[in-house]
Amino acid sequence: MPRRQDIQKILLLGSGPIVIGQACEFDYSGTQACKALREEGYEVVLVNSNPATIMTDPETADRTYIEPLTPELVEKVIARERPDALLPTMGGQTALNIAVALAKNGVLDQYNVELIGAKLPAIEKAEDRKLFNEAMDKIGVKVCPSGTASSLDESKAIARRIGTYPLIIRPAFTMGGTGGGIAYNQEEFEEMAQVGIDASPVSQILIDQSLLGWKEYELEVMRDLADNVVIICSIENIDPMGIHTGDSITVAPAQTLTDKEYQRLRDMAIKIIREIGVETGGSNIQFAVNPVNGDVVVIEMNPRVSRSSALSSKATGFPIAKMAAKLAVGYTLDEIRNDITKKTPASFEPTIDYVVTKVPRFAFEKFPGSEPVLTTQMKSVGEAMAIGRTFNESFQKALRSLETGRAGWGCDKAEKLPSGEQIRAQLRTPNPDRIFAVRHALQLGMSPEEIYELTAIDPWFLDKMQQLLEVEKFLKRTPLKQLTREQMYAVKRDGYSDRQIAFATKTTEDEVRAYRKELGVTPVYKTVDTCAAEFEAFTPYYYSTYEEETEVIPASKPKVMILGGGPNRIGQGIEFDYCCCHAAYALKGAGYETIMVNSNPETVSTDYDTSDRLYFEPLTKEDVLNIIEAENPVGIIVQFGGQTPLKLALPLQDYLRQVGNGSLVIGNGNEETAITDDQLPITKIWGTSPDSIDSAEDRERFEKILQKLNISQPPNGIARSYEDALIVAKRIGYPVVVRPSYVLGGRAMEIVYSDTELERYMTFAVQVEPEHPILIDKFLENAIEVDVDAIADHTGRVVIGGIMEHIEQAGIHSGDSACSLPSISLPPAVLNQIRTWTVQLAQELSVVGLMNIQFAVIGASSYSPQVYILEANPRASRTVPFVSKATGVPLAKLASLIMSGKTLEELNFTQEVIPSHIAVKEAVLPFNKFPGTDTILGPEMRSTGEVMGIDSDFGRAFAKAELGAGERLPLTGTVFVSMSDRDKSAAVPVVREFIDLGFKVMATFGTRRVLLENGLNVELVLKLHEGRPHVIDAIKNQKIQLIINTPSGEEAQTDARLIRRTGLAYKIPIITTIAGAKATVAAIRSMQNTTLDVKTIQEYCPNF
Amino acid sequence: MPLSDAMPALLVLADGTAYRGWSFGATGTTIGEVVFNTGMTGYQEVLTDPSYRGQIVVFTYPELGNTGVNPEDEESARPQVRGAIARNICHKPSNWRSTQSLPDYLKQHHIPGIFGIDTRALTRKIRMYGAMNGGISTEILDEAELLEQVQAAPNMAGLNLVREVTTSTVYEWSDPTTAVWEFNPDGTVKNGESLTVVALDFGVKRNILRRLASYGCRVIVVPADTSPEEILKYNPDGIFLSNGPGDPSAVTEGITTAKALLESEKPIFGICMGHQILGHALGAETFKLKFGHRGLNQPAGLTQRVEITSQNHSFAIDPDSLPEAVVEISHLNLNDRTVAGLRHKSLPIFSVQYHPEASPGPHDADYLFAQFVHQMRTTKQATTAEVS
Repeated sequence: MPRRQDIQKILLLGSGPIVIGQACEFDYSGTQACKALREEGYEVVLVNSNPATIMTDPETADRTYIEPLTPELVEKVIARERPDALLPTMGGQTALNIAVALAKNGVLDQYNVELIGAKLPAIEKAEDRKLFNEAMDKIGVKVCPSGTASSLDESKAIARRIGTYPLIIRPAFTMGGTGGGIAYNQEEFEEMAQVGIDASPVSQILIDQSLLGWKEYELEVMRDLADNVVIICSIENIDPMGIHTGDSITVAPAQTLTDKEYQRLRDMAIKIIREIGVETGGSNIQFAVNPVNGDVVVIEMNPRVSRSSALSSKATGFPIAKMAAKLAVGYTLDEIRNDITKKTPASFEPTIDYVVTKVPRFAFEKFPGSEPVLTTQMKSVGEAMAIGRTFNESFQKALRSLETGRAGWGCDKAEKLPSGEQIRAQLRTPNPDRIFAVRHALQLGMSPEEIYELTAIDPWFLDKMQQLLEVEKFLKRTPLKQLTREQMYAVKRDGYSDRQIAFATKTTEDEVRAYRKELGVTPVYKTVDTCAAEFEAFTPYYYSTYEEETEVIPASKPKVMILGGGPNRIGQGIEFDYCCCHAAYALKGAGYETIMVNSNPETVSTDYDTSDRLYFEPLTKEDVLNIIEAENPVGIIVQFGGQTPLKLALPLQDYLRQVGNGSLVIGNGNEETAITDDQLPITKIWGTSPDSIDSAEDRERFEKILQKLNISQPPNGIARSYEDALIVAKRIGYPVVVRPSYVLGGRAMEIVYSDTELERYMTFAVQVEPEHPILIDKFLENAIEVDVDAIADHTGRVVIGGIMEHIEQAGIHSGDSACSLPSISLPPAVLNQIRTWTVQLAQELSVVGLMNIQFAVIGASSYSPQVYILEANPRASRTVPFVSKATGVPLAKLASLIMSGKTLEELNFTQEVIPSHIAVKEAVLPFNKFPGTDTILGPEMRSTGEVMGIDSDFGRAFAKAELGAGERLPLTGTVFVSMSDRDKSAAVPVVREFIDLGFKVMATFGTRRVLLENGLNVELVLKLHEGRPHVIDAIKNQKIQLIINTPSGEEAQTDARLIRRTGLAYKIPIITTIAGAKATVAAIRSMQNTTLDVKTIQEYCPNF
Repeated sequence: MPLSDAMPALLVLADGTAYRGWSFGATGTTIGEVVFNTGMTGYQEVLTDPSYRGQIVVFTYPELGNTGVNPEDEESARPQVRGAIARNICHKPSNWRSTQSLPDYLKQHHIPGIFGIDTRALTRKIRMYGAMNGGISTEILDEAELLEQVQAAPNMAGLNLVREVTTSTVYEWSDPTTAVWEFNPDGTVKNGESLTVVALDFGVKRNILRRLASYGCRVIVVPADTSPEEILKYNPDGIFLSNGPGDPSAVTEGITTAKALLESEKPIFGICMGHQILGHALGAETFKLKFGHRGLNQPAGLTQRVEITSQNHSFAIDPDSLPEAVVEISHLNLNDRTVAGLRHKSLPIFSVQYHPEASPGPHDADYLFAQFVHQMRTTKQATTAEVS
């Protein structure tokens, strides 16, 4: 069938901010969908509140609404745009839920909007457990014994009927299994059932019999309107049932199924997609297989593209989202061409000739109080994928791609083996490091059988790990220089990195590299081609392996290599991927052949369409150097991918200098591709020099620069011991901010108010070593923090990209605070001071490209405001996409061109753009996934994502930002106020405003007293220990609609923490700063006056 | 792996390319046509498929032997390939049905294998230069010496290998797909009058017989050189022409028999070589594909409706040679648009180049068995009606 002619305009919903369970993969799918639909001539209208996405770039869709993803606002977009169809399957659970809401409340009918891809009944059948089970029963596919409950009593009845523990609890219509878990006894069960019911937007939970120990598989299925169904990829979870697939180490394709078993899953998957009735596009179906007798039950089905679709797309080279978009508008699979082979149709099933491993990345260390235990609720914040020709190679590459300091599956640092008892506990309870516990167990001589008993990890994988240990033993008894060429090949084919070999042979990574190259053992690059080489591939999507033939094709244009950001983590996520993609787009446009290197399967950067060549490789010195040697790019861009490539800058620079004037040896050793030395380009790191980057990061060097420029800095010092720290603290006075040097995202950063706290910090929180000193800064209380992004060229010209005023005061990590562009309260003198210093510093550091500086302003509204510099980073910052969307200036693209030698003058960007509208960025925090953790903001970054609210005034922009972040601010009701002593008086004007807006106010004794003294009429509510009913009762009885609670630094805070956790559980907005409360008042005032309206980014920034 | 004590092995192709790896399975020397299979599952079915007679199979999926072998997944009584080539091999399989490791199984059946070589480079070579003879040896580790032997071996074109694999005696097959693996319990016939099918065995896979039995057929398997008269003596409701190895045009006795059977106007169903032989019987020609189709992901169909099929063939029917008045193309291989299925315009006769019985592979084309049964029933009713 040709494309549908009866629809012209299609509405696409994004997935909003990055949260656990819903990350960049939906930028990837949404961007592909936009491109695919526009290619077909459709007009695409997009709604997504996340500014850090490629899909919200003004050129991706025709009309882009960076607006909150709520049914109400999407309805406004529909009313304004009158689309013919809504494609709800590209934006994760968020988009699907909104589509369901709009279909059910009649909005889609009212405006005559057709749901394409998946219709309402199909979505409901797949998502509602009861309907799903009925459907499965009809087609004879077994499901797990289970039941659906909407109350605690119903839950108990189901538990009695199933009659055995453990039981698994999963709330309906939530992402990443939020609010779910495994209950091993009745007490735990009842507690979890209630939490689950509360977490579900439809107050419904599914209770399953636990299938702990069953093997877990996923199939990615596609269907078209002609009812053709194909399987794109099978995935096997190394971690079996009981651990969310997003938290499992997984491999593709399935490794331990015979053809009969695999075909059984395939048959079921096809039956399921037909019975559920997903008309077109991709679906993900999860199965559990009993390892003892092969019994199969279906676990669930996602009637939309998912994280696994992104993984499958990257694993096979088959772009699921793009295809799904084309199928949604009427094409059949046989009518679409396979992009990679160009000659064969898309109506086939990809077959691969390599092994793909995905490993999740966790961030438990940022959520103290929360147990690092893995369950059916997803907790990982990112993932890395690696490709190798064997499982061993792929597995080790994946582990080193994770950038958690491991160079592979161990063999990288001296380890003290835990006791057998400890290991058994670590094996039995799934946790982020379990794969290393398996290693320890094997090292201790535990049998694979026993490890299997404890972990249910399939013996096939355990056998492979045993093999890896054998190789390690061999390495440890063989001096490096005695390794033969064949032995070196064998070791590399098992995925051992040079670092691991160096550790085992007690040499250095550089020695191993030099010796390895002397032996002629260098990697070759193979192509991901969807067809295991049956057809010629035309898309240079590569991975490394140690074999004979390389498939790297020669280029006719100069090449630029862009280093990506690796797996998402808190502090380094989609914003950096956005910058890398822009670099690829801009440099491709400027006539370069772009090479992307990244290991994150969720991203747009790892779409083979984004750059000219894609290397799906770990971002380590070894792997990157190998690619440099294979490709010989003229330039390398390290300043866009966050800390990952930045950390590589100096080592790469040193190596390039060492090998000198283009004397790199081509990696594969093939005579055909060998180029003589004088033809090789000299590879250079483009942009700001690694030395300049270092001078901004090195505290002592940086201070000299500031002194020279006469830029003020908060009093500070460096400590290499507790005694040092005490002396520094005494000199500069408490409170002080303490943190280890060289960290990202404020890791282990704290504000301390006394010697005791400092001692605790130095003793427990950080490891103080001479090479890793502790930085101590004076904490500027009640200061306004300001973020500046600027761009500079090689002529020394500097232009401000944007000045952002933070809502939360300095001390809250910039990634966790809301901010406004342009500034809303800073006087011109302050802004000018900031501008001057920014320019001076950029010039002094010889920045070429982007730079981000953070300032703190004290006494902004006083006669003599003081500006201090907090830090400077000569690289792309997290805020670049936000600034670009707010101002309409594509900063990352400009910066890429500047790094290629262009000037700001040539690019016609010579003046700061100050928009007439207001854009507010708000952070989104994952506290709901980490029970037990306090929800207060601090100097350590913990947000996973961000949204943008944009409007003509601050109140509305902030209200939209809050709405986008999932906070539904009340327009009426009661505000509960409980302030730390430091903040009590500052709260007075805010509370007064709330009362003016018609809110009732409740406060605890001390706060109330201060408010009463200031003439405010405030009700009393009891603290927890003061008797009942107390504040928690009030929250649970829904007597409170908003909580303002500022934490006290030194006091015991158990009460406050419980209040905040309860508020979180009951979805009541919690504000933990005075500044945040002020902004909230402004937002509520705006919303009371007028209802929120929508407008496209193309209208806000017509000159984009 | 050189880190263990694996025995070195050498693979040499007829064009002189050599690959050094390590031995698994039996030791010794073997020579055959080197072809590649792109399936990610089903190695045991492939190795035991009689159609692979005379061939050495490169498995493009790099981890081979993960699930071991088991008696249920054999497509014939023994492995049929001359040799196996893998990137990596598993000695400790993991699967609840596994009874033996693949290396042990091949050793038991005297089939040599080589692993540890760049199988993707080898596959790309075959793709570019076509399938060619090759030899694996653990004894001859000198490339020139092995090459000499490889070059002395006969070419697959013109080779009749059916005689090596066809049954020597007539036997009856009545085992259906076992209940636990039956994927179409509603579609298959459990009771009702059974139909008699004579299957002409050019190297038949067991699963074809199982599927026929599942659809209610009593199958009489006869040797490839059985005369048409003898076949018709069984008074079959339908005739099945099986898959098999080698060059179909060399199977002259089969072609002659098929021609004669056409006259009987009985329903005929051909699979793979059976399809090619039917083509020849109808007057068409076959030609050798550059490197054939071997895998589980081959799309077949005409427009819109696509079946993902299991394929394993070197030869194909030349569409220009088909007598248009008599026969039409029912399916194309959508990758290269070669003929994948034929349908007689007036008689209940059809055939496919691919393997609807799967094993290994998808079950998308299983409906063809139902179609065959339907045609047999319709024909039978018509005949009975005429008689009465």
